[in-house]
Amino acid sequence: MVPIYYYLILSAILFSIGVGAFLIKRNIISVFMSIELMLNAVNLTFVAFAHHWHQVSGQIFVFFVMVVAAAEAAVGLAIIIAIFRTRATLDVDRIDLMKL
Amino acid sequence: MHLVLFFIFGGLCVAGALNLLFQRHPINAALSLIVVMSSLAVLYLLLGAEFLAAAQVIVYSGAIMVLFTFVIMLLNAGREDRTHGSKAAYLVGIPGAAALFATLVYIFLSYRTPLGDAGLGNYLVTTTDLSKVLFRDLLLPFEVTSVLILVAVLGAVVLARKEH
Repeated sequence: MVPIYYYLILSAILFSIGVGAFLIKRNIISVFMSIELMLNAVNLTFVAFAHHWHQVSGQIFVFFVMVVAAAEAAVGLAIIIAIFRTRATLDVDRIDLMKL
Repeated sequence: MHLVLFFIFGGLCVAGALNLLFQRHPINAALSLIVVMSSLAVLYLLLGAEFLAAAQVIVYSGAIMVLFTFVIMLLNAGREDRTHGSKAAYLVGIPGAAALFATLVYIFLSYRTPLGDAGLGNYLVTTTDLSKVLFRDLLLPFEVTSVLILVAVLGAVVLARKEH
């Protein structure tokens, strides 16, 4: 038997590391990956609460988060490729102008 | 047994996430994110979410991370440099993330008695249960997400296309 709050604290750890990485990382791909880490942490919380309440809807929510994350990754990486093509850099500090 | 598995794979998750935080090369960060996602799949299995565990491996550590590593290799991303922005980010980022973590842990610890325990196998959601809800009650949202995927694919193609 594992207490549910172990899972919740694990997801809090992962989410906080994701927030820290999102703020600290300077490479746009690493920033994007820390967003994925935060999404995964929230998914773990959903599954833990689905287990606690014996409800399927928590898992359905995780399913939809996965679908949206897949769409987001495809569009986000395409945007990153477009940015790299026009500016030849991936550093978020150098991508600070809306118009070239 | 449950506790041992939880600590092994939870520890792998935290180790992978910390490695993502401290690695300066994006490809190392991507590989450690794959470790995190695969260990999370095992944790989903422990919580009785067998379909989500499979979907986690296939969609996240399979499809999404392959896309990430492919883009990292395509753009030939090297080590990130320390810039002026990174000093400010360290000053704000680490205390901010620590404060968020402390708040969340405080909330979870104060509710630890009503939350109870998770036993291995005392709640199992099969694919049948999941698909009954998904295809009967939530059919419209499910179809809308397929439109979303279609739009995302078209958008990705348009954005990544070479302009003439």
